[in-house]
Amino acid sequence: MADDLRAVWNALGGVADPEIPLVSIVELGIARSVERTGDGWTVTLTPTYSGCPATRVIEEDVRAALAKATTAPVRIVTALAPAWTTDWIAPEARRKLQAAGIAPPRGEAGVIANAGARPIAFHRAEPVPCPNCGSLRTVELSRFGSTACKAQYRCNDCLEPFDYFKPH
Amino acid sequence: MLFDYLLRLADNGLVLAQQLGGWVGKGPVLEEDIASTNVGLDLLGQARLWYAYAGEVEARHAGTGRSEDELAYFRDSTGYRNLLLVEQPNGNYADTMARQYLFDQWHVLLLDALRASRDERIAGVAAKALKEAQYHVQRSADWVVRLGDGTAESHGKMQAAIDALWMYTGEMFAVDATERALIDTGIAADAAALQAPWNSNVDAVFAEATLVIPTDDWMQGAGARGGKQGLHTEHLSRLLAEMQVLPRTYPQARW
Repeated sequence: MADDLRAVWNALGGVADPEIPLVSIVELGIARSVERTGDGWTVTLTPTYSGCPATRVIEEDVRAALAKATTAPVRIVTALAPAWTTDWIAPEARRKLQAAGIAPPRGEAGVIANAGARPIAFHRAEPVPCPNCGSLRTVELSRFGSTACKAQYRCNDCLEPFDYFKPH
Repeated sequence: MLFDYLLRLADNGLVLAQQLGGWVGKGPVLEEDIASTNVGLDLLGQARLWYAYAGEVEARHAGTGRSEDELAYFRDSTGYRNLLLVEQPNGNYADTMARQYLFDQWHVLLLDALRASRDERIAGVAAKALKEAQYHVQRSADWVVRLGDGTAESHGKMQAAIDALWMYTGEMFAVDATERALIDTGIAADAAALQAPWNSNVDAVFAEATLVIPTDDWMQGAGARGGKQGLHTEHLSRLLAEMQVLPRTYPQARW
Protein backbone atom coordinates (compact mmCIF):
# COMPACT_ATOMS: atom_id res chain seq x y z
CA MET A 1 0.00 0.00 0.00
CA ALA A 2 2.79 2.40 0.95
CA ASP A 3 4.44 1.74 -2.41
CA ASP A 4 1.17 2.51 -4.15
CA LEU A 5 0.86 5.82 -2.38
CA ARG A 6 4.39 6.70 -3.40
CA ALA A 7 3.59 5.75 -6.98
CA VAL A 8 0.60 8.11 -7.01
CA TRP A 9 2.64 10.99 -5.61
CA ASN A 10 5.45 10.27 -8.09
CA ALA A 11 2.94 10.38 -10.92
CA LEU A 12 1.58 13.71 -9.66
CA GLY A 13 5.16 14.99 -9.42
CA GLY A 14 5.45 14.31 -13.14
CA VAL A 15 2.48 16.57 -13.99
CA ALA A 16 3.83 19.91 -15.16
CA ASP A 17 1.93 23.15 -14.59
CA PRO A 18 0.44 23.94 -18.03
CA GLU A 19 1.41 27.62 -17.87
CA ILE A 20 4.80 27.25 -16.17
CA PRO A 21 5.86 23.76 -17.34
CA LEU A 22 9.23 23.87 -15.61
CA VAL A 23 7.58 23.24 -12.24
CA SER A 24 5.21 20.45 -11.24
CA ILE A 25 1.79 20.81 -9.64
CA VAL A 26 3.23 19.19 -6.49
CA GLU A 27 6.01 21.78 -6.27
CA LEU A 28 3.50 24.59 -6.76
CA GLY A 29 1.28 23.26 -3.98
CA ILE A 30 -1.67 22.64 -6.32
CA ALA A 31 -1.79 18.89 -5.51
CA ARG A 32 -2.81 19.03 -1.85
CA SER A 33 -3.39 15.45 -0.75
CA VAL A 34 -3.77 11.83 -1.80
CA GLU A 35 -5.99 9.48 0.16
CA ARG A 36 -7.04 5.86 -0.18
CA THR A 37 -10.83 5.81 -0.41
CA GLY A 38 -12.47 2.42 -0.81
CA ASP A 39 -10.69 0.63 -3.64
CA GLY A 40 -9.44 3.84 -5.27
CA TRP A 41 -7.61 7.08 -4.71
CA THR A 42 -8.91 10.54 -3.94
CA VAL A 43 -6.64 13.33 -5.10
CA THR A 44 -7.34 16.82 -3.81
CA LEU A 45 -6.34 19.74 -6.03
CA THR A 46 -6.66 23.44 -5.30
CA PRO A 47 -6.78 26.15 -7.98
CA THR A 48 -4.24 28.97 -7.75
CA TYR A 49 -6.58 31.80 -8.84
CA SER A 50 -10.38 31.54 -9.09
CA GLY A 51 -10.27 32.22 -12.81
CA CYS A 52 -7.12 30.27 -13.62
CA PRO A 53 -7.76 28.86 -17.11
CA ALA A 54 -5.32 25.99 -16.48
CA THR A 55 -7.49 24.35 -13.83
CA ARG A 56 -9.30 21.98 -16.16
CA VAL A 57 -6.14 21.09 -18.10
CA ILE A 58 -4.46 20.19 -14.82
CA GLU A 59 -7.32 17.87 -13.93
CA GLU A 60 -7.08 16.12 -17.28
CA ASP A 61 -3.31 15.81 -16.98
CA VAL A 62 -3.66 14.31 -13.51
CA ARG A 63 -6.12 11.72 -14.82
CA ALA A 64 -3.82 10.80 -17.67
CA ALA A 65 -0.76 10.52 -15.40
CA LEU A 66 -2.56 8.42 -12.80
CA ALA A 67 -4.01 6.11 -15.43
CA LYS A 68 -0.43 5.03 -16.10
CA ALA A 69 0.56 4.76 -12.42
CA THR A 70 -2.40 2.84 -11.00
CA THR A 71 -5.27 0.66 -12.10
CA ALA A 72 -7.42 1.77 -9.16
CA PRO A 73 -10.22 4.29 -9.80
CA VAL A 74 -9.25 7.91 -9.21
CA ARG A 75 -11.51 10.62 -7.84
CA ILE A 76 -10.43 14.25 -8.12
CA VAL A 77 -11.72 16.72 -5.57
CA THR A 78 -11.31 20.47 -5.93
CA ALA A 79 -10.80 22.22 -2.60
CA LEU A 80 -11.08 26.01 -2.33
CA ALA A 81 -10.35 26.23 1.39
CA PRO A 82 -7.77 26.79 2.62
CA ALA A 83 -7.08 29.10 -0.31
CA TRP A 84 -3.93 28.45 -2.30
CA THR A 85 -0.99 30.65 -1.43
CA THR A 86 2.46 31.18 -2.93
CA ASP A 87 3.79 30.25 0.53
CA TRP A 88 3.19 26.64 -0.55
CA ILE A 89 5.64 26.83 -3.45
CA ALA A 90 8.54 24.49 -2.66
CA PRO A 91 12.10 25.92 -2.33
CA GLU A 92 13.27 23.78 -5.25
CA ALA A 93 10.54 25.26 -7.46
CA ARG A 94 11.59 28.78 -6.43
CA ARG A 95 15.12 28.01 -7.58
CA LYS A 96 13.80 26.67 -10.88
CA LEU A 97 11.69 29.78 -11.45
CA GLN A 98 14.64 32.04 -10.68
CA ALA A 99 16.90 30.07 -13.06
CA ALA A 100 14.27 30.40 -15.80
CA GLY A 101 14.14 34.18 -15.45
CA ILE A 102 10.95 34.39 -13.39
CA ALA A 103 11.47 36.22 -10.09
CA PRO A 104 9.98 34.00 -7.34
CA PRO A 105 7.51 35.54 -4.84
CA ARG A 106 9.17 37.50 -2.04
CA GLY A 107 8.18 37.27 1.60
CA GLU A 108 5.20 35.47 3.01
CA ALA A 109 1.73 36.06 1.63
CA GLY A 110 0.24 34.93 4.94
CA VAL A 111 -3.25 35.69 6.12
CA ILE A 112 -4.14 39.33 6.49
CA ALA A 113 -6.31 40.26 9.46
CA ASN A 114 -9.05 42.82 8.88
CA ALA A 115 -7.96 42.88 5.26
CA GLY A 116 -10.76 44.93 3.79
CA ALA A 117 -10.39 47.84 6.16
CA ARG A 118 -6.64 48.17 5.69
CA PRO A 119 -5.63 51.53 4.25
CA ILE A 120 -4.25 51.34 0.76
CA ALA A 121 -0.54 51.87 0.18
CA PHE A 122 0.19 53.64 -3.05
CA HIS A 123 3.77 52.70 -3.60
CA ARG A 124 5.42 49.33 -3.71
CA ALA A 125 7.51 48.73 -0.60
CA GLU A 126 10.29 46.34 -1.49
CA PRO A 127 12.15 46.15 -4.80
CA VAL A 128 12.10 42.88 -6.72
CA PRO A 129 15.63 41.73 -7.68
CA CYS A 130 16.19 41.05 -11.37
CA PRO A 131 16.40 37.26 -11.89
CA ASN A 132 18.94 37.79 -14.69
CA CYS A 133 21.52 40.12 -13.12
CA GLY A 134 20.41 40.51 -9.49
CA SER A 135 20.03 44.30 -9.73
CA LEU A 136 17.52 46.00 -7.46
CA ARG A 137 16.97 48.79 -9.98
CA THR A 138 13.79 47.25 -11.35
CA VAL A 139 10.42 48.79 -12.16
CA GLU A 140 6.95 47.35 -12.38
CA LEU A 141 5.54 47.70 -15.91
CA SER A 142 2.18 46.10 -15.28
CA ARG A 143 0.44 44.55 -12.32
CA PHE A 144 -0.27 41.52 -14.50
CA GLY A 145 2.11 39.61 -16.76
CA SER A 146 1.87 36.61 -19.04
CA THR A 147 -0.44 34.81 -16.60
CA ALA A 148 -2.80 35.89 -13.79
CA CYS A 149 -0.24 34.85 -11.17
CA LYS A 150 2.57 37.08 -12.44
CA ALA A 151 3.37 40.78 -12.79
CA GLN A 152 5.57 42.32 -15.46
CA TYR A 153 8.84 44.04 -14.53
CA ARG A 154 11.86 45.54 -16.27
CA CYS A 155 15.44 45.72 -15.05
CA ASN A 156 16.99 49.16 -15.50
CA ASP A 157 20.53 47.72 -15.42
CA CYS A 158 20.49 44.77 -17.81
CA LEU A 159 17.36 46.21 -19.51
CA GLU A 160 15.69 42.79 -19.67
CA PRO A 161 11.95 42.51 -19.00
CA PHE A 162 10.97 39.74 -16.62
CA ASP A 163 7.97 38.13 -14.93
CA TYR A 164 7.50 38.35 -11.16
CA PHE A 165 5.51 35.61 -9.47
CA LYS A 166 3.27 37.73 -7.20
CA PRO A 167 3.03 36.83 -3.51
CA HIS A 168 -0.56 35.66 -3.12
CA MET B 1 -33.37 33.67 -0.29
CA LEU B 2 -29.83 32.28 -0.20
CA PHE B 3 -30.11 31.61 -3.92
CA ASP B 4 -30.93 35.27 -4.52
CA TYR B 5 -28.02 36.43 -2.38
CA LEU B 6 -25.61 34.16 -4.27
CA LEU B 7 -26.87 35.61 -7.54
CA ARG B 8 -26.05 39.10 -6.26
CA LEU B 9 -22.49 37.99 -5.59
CA ALA B 10 -22.15 36.11 -8.86
CA ASP B 11 -23.79 38.66 -11.16
CA ASN B 12 -21.47 41.45 -10.01
CA GLY B 13 -18.49 39.36 -11.06
CA LEU B 14 -19.93 38.23 -14.39
CA VAL B 15 -21.17 41.64 -15.52
CA LEU B 16 -17.98 43.45 -14.54
CA ALA B 17 -15.86 40.73 -16.16
CA GLN B 18 -17.83 41.11 -19.38
CA GLN B 19 -17.28 44.88 -19.27
CA LEU B 20 -13.53 44.52 -18.72
CA GLY B 21 -13.42 42.06 -21.59
CA GLY B 22 -14.53 44.97 -23.75
CA TRP B 23 -11.04 46.44 -23.40
CA VAL B 24 -9.40 43.44 -25.07
CA GLY B 25 -7.35 44.68 -27.96
CA LYS B 26 -8.04 48.35 -27.27
CA GLY B 27 -6.55 49.19 -23.88
CA PRO B 28 -4.59 52.47 -23.69
CA VAL B 29 -1.36 50.46 -23.55
CA LEU B 30 -0.72 46.75 -23.98
CA GLU B 31 0.07 46.23 -20.29
CA GLU B 32 -3.25 47.75 -19.25
CA ASP B 33 -5.07 45.68 -21.81
CA ILE B 34 -3.61 42.59 -20.16
CA ALA B 35 -4.21 43.85 -16.62
CA SER B 36 -7.86 44.72 -17.18
CA THR B 37 -8.64 41.37 -18.73
CA ASN B 38 -6.79 39.55 -15.94
CA VAL B 39 -8.93 41.32 -13.36
CA GLY B 40 -11.94 40.29 -15.45
CA LEU B 41 -10.68 36.71 -15.43
CA ASP B 42 -10.46 36.68 -11.63
CA LEU B 43 -13.98 38.08 -11.38
CA LEU B 44 -15.32 35.55 -13.87
CA GLY B 45 -13.70 32.72 -11.92
CA GLN B 46 -15.27 33.99 -8.71
CA ALA B 47 -18.65 34.32 -10.44
CA ARG B 48 -18.46 30.69 -11.55
CA LEU B 49 -17.85 29.55 -7.98
CA TRP B 50 -20.88 31.53 -6.78
CA TYR B 51 -23.09 30.29 -9.68
CA ALA B 52 -22.08 26.68 -9.03
CA TYR B 53 -23.15 27.02 -5.42
CA ALA B 54 -26.33 28.91 -6.40
CA GLY B 55 -27.27 26.02 -8.70
CA GLU B 56 -26.82 23.53 -5.86
CA VAL B 57 -28.91 25.64 -3.49
CA GLU B 58 -31.62 25.89 -6.13
CA ALA B 59 -31.58 22.13 -6.56
CA ARG B 60 -31.90 21.66 -2.81
CA HIS B 61 -35.14 23.67 -2.76
CA ALA B 62 -36.64 23.15 -6.19
CA GLY B 63 -35.46 19.64 -7.03
CA THR B 64 -33.45 20.79 -10.02
CA GLY B 65 -30.84 23.53 -10.18
CA ARG B 66 -29.57 25.50 -13.13
CA SER B 67 -26.00 25.15 -14.39
CA GLU B 68 -23.52 28.04 -14.47
CA ASP B 69 -24.19 28.54 -18.19
CA GLU B 70 -27.96 28.45 -17.80
CA LEU B 71 -27.78 31.10 -15.11
CA ALA B 72 -25.45 33.29 -17.15
CA TYR B 73 -27.06 32.97 -20.57
CA PHE B 74 -30.74 32.37 -20.03
CA ARG B 75 -31.82 35.05 -17.59
CA ASP B 76 -33.06 38.46 -18.78
CA SER B 77 -31.98 41.72 -17.21
CA THR B 78 -34.81 41.66 -14.64
CA GLY B 79 -33.45 38.32 -13.42
CA TYR B 80 -29.98 39.79 -12.85
CA ARG B 81 -29.08 40.93 -9.33
CA ASN B 82 -25.83 42.86 -9.92
CA LEU B 83 -25.20 46.38 -8.65
CA LEU B 84 -26.11 49.22 -11.02
CA LEU B 85 -22.52 50.44 -10.68
CA VAL B 86 -20.94 47.51 -12.53
CA GLU B 87 -23.30 47.72 -15.53
CA GLN B 88 -22.38 51.35 -16.28
CA PRO B 89 -20.55 51.61 -19.62
CA ASN B 90 -16.77 51.46 -19.97
CA GLY B 91 -16.57 55.03 -21.29
CA ASN B 92 -13.01 56.33 -21.29
CA TYR B 93 -10.27 54.81 -19.14
CA ALA B 94 -11.04 57.17 -16.24
CA ASP B 95 -14.68 56.01 -16.32
CA THR B 96 -13.55 52.37 -16.27
CA MET B 97 -11.03 52.84 -13.46
CA ALA B 98 -13.38 54.99 -11.35
CA ARG B 99 -16.05 52.28 -11.64
CA GLN B 100 -13.45 49.64 -10.81
CA TYR B 101 -12.13 51.44 -7.76
CA LEU B 102 -15.56 52.21 -6.27
CA PHE B 103 -16.44 48.54 -6.71
CA ASP B 104 -13.09 47.04 -5.61
CA GLN B 105 -13.05 49.10 -2.42
CA TRP B 106 -16.49 47.73 -1.53
CA HIS B 107 -15.65 44.22 -2.74
CA VAL B 108 -12.66 43.75 -0.40
CA LEU B 109 -14.75 44.85 2.58
CA LEU B 110 -17.61 42.57 1.60
CA LEU B 111 -15.39 39.53 1.04
CA ASP B 112 -13.49 40.19 4.24
CA ALA B 113 -16.80 40.17 6.14
CA LEU B 114 -18.01 37.05 4.28
CA ARG B 115 -14.96 35.12 5.45
CA ALA B 116 -16.79 34.92 8.77
CA SER B 117 -20.03 33.60 7.21
CA ARG B 118 -21.60 30.66 9.02
CA ASP B 119 -22.04 29.10 5.58
CA GLU B 120 -18.69 27.36 5.08
CA ARG B 121 -18.99 27.33 1.32
CA ILE B 122 -19.46 31.12 1.24
CA ALA B 123 -16.60 31.63 3.70
CA GLY B 124 -14.28 29.48 1.56
CA VAL B 125 -15.01 31.25 -1.72
CA ALA B 126 -14.77 34.64 0.00
CA ALA B 127 -11.37 33.88 1.53
CA LYS B 128 -10.04 32.89 -1.87
CA ALA B 129 -11.61 35.79 -3.75
CA LEU B 130 -10.45 38.31 -1.14
CA LYS B 131 -6.80 37.70 -1.99
CA GLU B 132 -7.55 38.54 -5.62
CA ALA B 133 -9.73 41.54 -4.78
CA GLN B 134 -7.02 43.04 -2.59
CA TYR B 135 -4.70 43.07 -5.55
CA HIS B 136 -7.43 44.61 -7.70
CA VAL B 137 -8.10 47.49 -5.32
CA GLN B 138 -4.43 48.41 -5.12
CA ARG B 139 -4.29 48.69 -8.87
CA SER B 140 -7.54 50.61 -9.32
CA ALA B 141 -6.69 52.98 -6.44
CA ASP B 142 -3.31 53.60 -8.07
CA TRP B 143 -5.12 54.60 -11.26
CA VAL B 144 -7.53 56.90 -9.48
CA VAL B 145 -4.53 58.69 -7.97
CA ARG B 146 -2.53 58.68 -11.18
CA LEU B 147 -5.34 60.20 -13.23
CA GLY B 148 -6.80 62.37 -10.47
CA ASP B 149 -3.44 63.87 -9.54
CA GLY B 150 -2.25 63.89 -13.14
CA THR B 151 -2.74 66.52 -15.83
CA ALA B 152 -5.62 69.00 -15.88
CA GLU B 153 -7.28 66.85 -18.53
CA SER B 154 -6.90 63.51 -16.69
CA HIS B 155 -8.04 65.15 -13.45
CA GLY B 156 -11.12 66.55 -15.14
CA LYS B 157 -12.01 63.18 -16.64
CA MET B 158 -11.55 61.32 -13.36
CA GLN B 159 -13.61 63.86 -11.42
CA ALA B 160 -16.35 63.72 -14.06
CA ALA B 161 -16.34 59.90 -13.85
CA ILE B 162 -16.65 59.95 -10.06
CA ASP B 163 -19.43 62.54 -10.22
CA ALA B 164 -21.37 60.46 -12.74
CA LEU B 165 -20.98 57.14 -10.91
CA TRP B 166 -21.49 58.33 -7.35
CA MET B 167 -25.28 57.88 -7.35
CA TYR B 168 -24.81 54.16 -8.00
CA THR B 169 -22.74 53.60 -4.85
CA GLY B 170 -25.73 53.99 -2.50
CA GLU B 171 -27.23 50.55 -3.05
CA MET B 172 -23.97 48.86 -2.07
CA PHE B 173 -24.80 49.65 1.56
CA ALA B 174 -28.59 49.35 1.48
CA VAL B 175 -29.92 46.24 3.21
CA ASP B 176 -33.26 44.88 1.99
CA ALA B 177 -35.42 42.08 3.42
CA THR B 178 -33.48 39.36 1.56
CA GLU B 179 -30.19 40.44 3.07
CA ARG B 180 -31.67 41.21 6.48
CA ALA B 181 -32.85 37.63 6.98
CA LEU B 182 -29.48 36.21 5.93
CA ILE B 183 -27.53 38.69 8.05
CA ASP B 184 -29.58 37.69 11.09
CA THR B 185 -28.63 34.04 10.58
CA GLY B 186 -24.94 34.87 10.17
CA ILE B 187 -24.80 33.89 6.50
CA ALA B 188 -24.67 37.24 4.69
CA ALA B 189 -22.46 40.23 5.44
CA ASP B 190 -24.10 43.34 6.87
CA ALA B 191 -23.71 45.72 3.95
CA ALA B 192 -24.60 48.75 6.05
CA ALA B 193 -21.56 48.09 8.24
CA LEU B 194 -19.29 48.41 5.21
CA GLN B 195 -20.20 52.04 4.64
CA ALA B 196 -17.92 53.63 7.28
CA PRO B 197 -14.71 51.79 6.34
CA TRP B 198 -15.51 52.28 2.65
CA ASN B 199 -15.91 56.02 3.16
CA SER B 200 -12.68 56.35 5.10
CA ASN B 201 -10.70 54.47 2.43
CA VAL B 202 -12.33 56.43 -0.38
CA ASP B 203 -11.63 59.69 1.47
CA ALA B 204 -7.93 58.79 1.74
CA VAL B 205 -7.61 57.80 -1.90
CA PHE B 206 -9.50 60.86 -3.16
CA ALA B 207 -7.38 63.16 -0.96
CA GLU B 208 -4.23 61.67 -2.51
CA ALA B 209 -5.84 61.98 -5.94
CA THR B 210 -6.91 65.63 -5.34
CA LEU B 211 -10.50 64.63 -6.13
CA VAL B 212 -13.62 66.09 -4.56
CA ILE B 213 -16.12 63.71 -2.99
CA PRO B 214 -19.60 64.33 -4.43
CA THR B 215 -22.14 65.64 -1.93
CA ASP B 216 -25.26 64.80 -3.93
CA ASP B 217 -27.31 62.34 -1.89
CA TRP B 218 -29.53 61.14 -4.74
CA MET B 219 -30.02 57.35 -4.42
CA GLN B 220 -27.97 57.24 -1.23
CA GLY B 221 -29.16 55.93 2.12
CA ALA B 222 -30.81 52.83 3.54
CA GLY B 223 -33.77 52.97 1.18
CA ALA B 224 -31.70 52.86 -2.01
CA ARG B 225 -33.01 50.19 -4.39
CA GLY B 226 -31.78 49.08 -7.77
CA GLY B 227 -29.82 46.22 -9.30
CA LYS B 228 -30.02 43.96 -6.28
CA GLN B 229 -33.82 43.92 -6.73
CA GLY B 230 -33.57 43.42 -10.50
CA LEU B 231 -34.28 47.07 -11.39
CA HIS B 232 -31.61 47.95 -13.92
CA THR B 233 -30.43 50.70 -16.23
CA GLU B 234 -30.74 50.15 -19.97
CA HIS B 235 -27.02 49.37 -20.18
CA LEU B 236 -27.48 45.89 -18.75
CA SER B 237 -29.91 44.83 -21.49
CA ARG B 238 -27.42 45.85 -24.15
CA LEU B 239 -24.58 44.07 -22.40
CA LEU B 240 -26.62 40.89 -22.01
CA ALA B 241 -27.79 41.01 -25.62
CA GLU B 242 -24.18 40.83 -26.77
CA MET B 243 -23.08 38.30 -24.16
CA GLN B 244 -26.06 35.95 -24.60
CA VAL B 245 -26.71 36.07 -28.35
CA LEU B 246 -24.78 32.95 -29.29
CA PRO B 247 -26.13 30.47 -26.73
CA ARG B 248 -29.66 31.85 -27.23
CA THR B 249 -29.47 31.53 -30.99
CA TYR B 250 -27.86 28.09 -30.84
CA PRO B 251 -28.93 26.67 -27.46
CA GLN B 252 -27.20 23.35 -28.13
CA ALA B 253 -23.87 24.92 -29.11
CA ARG B 254 -20.83 23.34 -27.42
CA TRP B 255 -17.25 24.56 -27.32
